Amino acid sequence: MLYNEPSPLETKVLTRRFGLPNSASLETYLATEGYQAFLKAAKMKPEEIIEEVKISNLRGRGGAGFPTGMKWSFVPRTSPKPKYIVVNADESEPGTCKDRLLMENDPHQLIEGALIAGLAVDSHGGYIYVRGEYRYLIEILDKAIAEAYAGGWLGKNIQGTGFDFDLYTHTGAGAYECGEESALLESLEGKRGVPRIRPPFPAVAGAFQCPTVLNNVETYSAVPAIIRDGGAAFASLGVPKAGGTKLTCLTGHVNKPGVYELRLGFPVKQMIEEVGGGIRNGKKLKAFIPGGSSCPVLTAEELEGATMDYDSMAQRKTMLGSGGVIIMDEDTCMVKAVLRIMRFYAHESCGWCIPCREGTTWIRKVLQRFHSGGGTRADIDLLGDLGKNMLGRTFCPLGDAAAMPIISFVQKFRNEFEAHLDGKPCPYEHAERLVAV
Amino acid sequence: MTFSPELEARFDKLLKSYPPGRQRSAMIPMLMYAQDEVGSVTDELIEEVARRVGVTPLQVNEVLSYYSMLHRKPLGKYHVQICTNISCQLRDGDKLWEHACKKLGIGHKEVTGDGQISIEEVECMGACSWAPAIQVNYDFHHSMTPEKLDQLLEGLRKKQ
Repeated sequence: MLYNEPSPLETKVLTRRFGLPNSASLETYLATEGYQAFLKAAKMKPEEIIEEVKISNLRGRGGAGFPTGMKWSFVPRTSPKPKYIVVNADESEPGTCKDRLLMENDPHQLIEGALIAGLAVDSHGGYIYVRGEYRYLIEILDKAIAEAYAGGWLGKNIQGTGFDFDLYTHTGAGAYECGEESALLESLEGKRGVPRIRPPFPAVAGAFQCPTVLNNVETYSAVPAIIRDGGAAFASLGVPKAGGTKLTCLTGHVNKPGVYELRLGFPVKQMIEEVGGGIRNGKKLKAFIPGGSSCPVLTAEELEGATMDYDSMAQRKTMLGSGGVIIMDEDTCMVKAVLRIMRFYAHESCGWCIPCREGTTWIRKVLQRFHSGGGTRADIDLLGDLGKNMLGRTFCPLGDAAAMPIISFVQKFRNEFEAHLDGKPCPYEHAERLVAV
Repeated sequence: MTFSPELEARFDKLLKSYPPGRQRSAMIPMLMYAQDEVGSVTDELIEEVARRVGVTPLQVNEVLSYYSMLHRKPLGKYHVQICTNISCQLRDGDKLWEHACKKLGIGHKEVTGDGQISIEEVECMGACSWAPAIQVNYDFHHSMTPEKLDQLLEGLRKKQ
């Protein structure tokens, strides 16, 4: 099912089957070039598959943007241990709701992507780790997996190729931290989702201490198109060093929020104005977070000439992230916005690393006091300092994810923090709602 | 402890999904699926799952306290989860949450007197482009308004 109207400005590669009747069924998949890429890959050498993925310039779609072909090449193919393919379907970065659509509307594309990854690294089994809230997707995925087994696309000697592959769903139980790769692997092993120290990386010691490829749903879902049409065709859709399209979730104050598949390098202004239908109620844009709440915030001025790709965002000292775009209009209180973001990170910090556990909680408490009128001038700098003391000092990126929003909000919207000083009511809200945060 | 045949089938499948000696992996999924049937993670359920995956009840306890969707106390028959995270807040998810609390006269993780409805303020659940969003048990409801929520709650109160 689709929850918003598509836009004519989309480039439909991963979403090409969305909207077809029974798009999640094996029948529809096979009728629309489904599993052809697997058959093609089964005739290729593993290193040729990896080379094709490298040529495509596909980069990890979960948020970090690491080149996928390179990640696959780190797996020691000759290791005597079993190797695993793990699909990260723990989509939980605030602002992000795209993997849901890929699993709901085209689960076989994901299965085929996992199969091709299996061929590339000599793996014969995999897990789709799905966040607990997405129970309905587990039902859809289990049905698609059962259909694939029945149709000979999973199991022993798939389509006479001699390749065996088993695939299972695994439900999470409510923990943002489990979207981080090493915490996900701990959780998959039936433990608390605390991160592992690296090295060794999952490519060497991942699931069950065996070599593991771990990618996001969208990353695997791009692989069939890359093998089918060639890596160069996929690369040409994007920009140099980042190929293909990105499922982009427009959220917040736009007229037409929704998930849209846009080629990498799509101009931000055009995305907001034409894809998203502009800012709601004719208001002006104040702030923009490009890829989930952990990315540093940008002001409207900073978006001049910006495009939706890794380099353009890196030049602006932020990240493309997961594609969860958060758009805030001129009436948004930046203190309240970052308070909500920091409440989230304080709630989700697993507590393993002290800078993150203590830092996120302190920041939340200071912001709560601040927004309800009890802030002091010294608090403004304290917030930034607390953030900086988390950066780079934790096992996993959650500490950084929490640090980047608070540092950037304080730096770029200092005037709004100052406007809350001396017990002044929040300029954006009626006084009676002040305590309700 | 006895479960429905469907749940037993699910358990069997889960226990076969992981490499030999790694049955502990099935623990969290088993607790999640069993919780739906039992109503909460009871002491008895902890012991049962521990026995089946080959760990101690203490080890199960240690793990389950980490995960926000595993509940030791029963929730309402209909568990209404309202997201107030940033994308929902920007579209008045926070006001929707306050409205629900007032309407039902209960707060975060509390249950109505008849045991029918419980509410929880939740973190992002992946419906950001169709905000504000809520989940009733596992069903998503998108682009909610206080009026739509009222209608929904009215229906849930009467539903058996």
